Amino acid sequence: MSQHETEWPLWEVFIRARGGLDHRHCGSLRAPDAEMALMNARDAYTRRGEGHSIWVVKASDIVASNPDDKGSFYDPADDKVYRHPSFYQLPDEVDHM
Amino acid sequence: MSNASSQSAEEARFQARIDAEDKIEPKDWMPEAYRRTLIRQISQHAHSEYVGMLPEGNWLTRAPTLRRKAALMAKIQDEAGHGLYLYSAAETLGASRDEMYRDLLSGKAKYSSIFNYPTLTWADIGAIGWLVDGAAITNQVPLCRCSFGPYARAMVRVCKEESFHQRQGFQIMLSLAHGEPEQKAMAQDALNRWWWPSIAMFGPPDGESKHSAQSMAWKIKRHSNDELRQRFVDMTVPQADFLGLRIPDDDLKFNADTGHYETGPIDWDDFWAVVNGEGQCNTDRLAARQKAHDEGAWVRDAATAYAAKRAARKAAERIAAE
Repeated sequence: MSQHETEWPLWEVFIRARGGLDHRHCGSLRAPDAEMALMNARDAYTRRGEGHSIWVVKASDIVASNPDDKGSFYDPADDKVYRHPSFYQLPDEVDHM
Repeated sequence: MSNASSQSAEEARFQARIDAEDKIEPKDWMPEAYRRTLIRQISQHAHSEYVGMLPEGNWLTRAPTLRRKAALMAKIQDEAGHGLYLYSAAETLGASRDEMYRDLLSGKAKYSSIFNYPTLTWADIGAIGWLVDGAAITNQVPLCRCSFGPYARAMVRVCKEESFHQRQGFQIMLSLAHGEPEQKAMAQDALNRWWWPSIAMFGPPDGESKHSAQSMAWKIKRHSNDELRQRFVDMTVPQADFLGLRIPDDDLKFNADTGHYETGPIDWDDFWAVVNGEGQCNTDRLAARQKAHDEGAWVRDAATAYAAKRAARKAAERIAAE
């Protein structure tokens, strides 16, 4: 059995497939520090040129919303139909808008 | 589906989400049995990828050409990667990586029994890619639509990578089947030994599969064992014909009414014997994993020590700068 009783920290991996795209979450891995997490992420997630840029973020540093709040957390947006273009009726004569 | 009256309100809501094809994510509420089932299945799947490196590693140093060696190396690296994706997916459910690994090494956790058969010749590397990876792909494609998000996403990556594995294996079989009579005989021998274990990989027949009904209701599984097995047989028999090799089944025939091939009976006693530890390689496989774990301990310890040293140096620089 390995000596270390505590597991290495968990890192979430985000990859930008090519310039112009967002970094996208693609998985996670364990590594003792950020540099090694980056190297492991390269080996695990970009074996076929899937990325040009990698972010690794310690999973414990991510602040996430609670899925149980689904309703109340987002309901301020529910009654604001005027934020959508379809709320506005245009006369038939008006195009290109 | 379970009896509606015995379901709690939460369970009913959960099932409604599943029925609506909503994906379940790690922090969502889920029944404990759903969590347990997934941890068992995903960790077994991870262990299979991980142990699956061993039969192929056996031929790495004896691959017939440098190109074949490089391709086999890439395939084995992929298997390690697939293991990693899957261990990570199981971790999102609260499973501990170290614990899963301990369960593999102690023999408590299972892995696919196909890897307890030996790879006796180079042709076995072809047969594994063609048949074992082919069967795995047949199993894994529907898992890309599994109700648990992280498992489904891991499967999308795995399936993309596996198709190279299967072609790599088929190409080896093709070269051997079109080679010297001895090479063709080697390919036939490999097919003879890997055919039955490959079609047994789909698991026991539908009537005897103990986890199937609930897994189907939860949309962890999308098709029954027998359906997937049939799909694999229908795809593979014409490929064997193309190779000019004979499937080792005297009862195999095409049913023109159903459009499906029908196989002879599968020897389930042999399957269960291998699952329960009586395969030719069960002991070797675990011993090899234990050895790798023990002999890799200094690498893990060195990485931990290096990270600690660098963190300490950074902290000292920060204090000096203040």
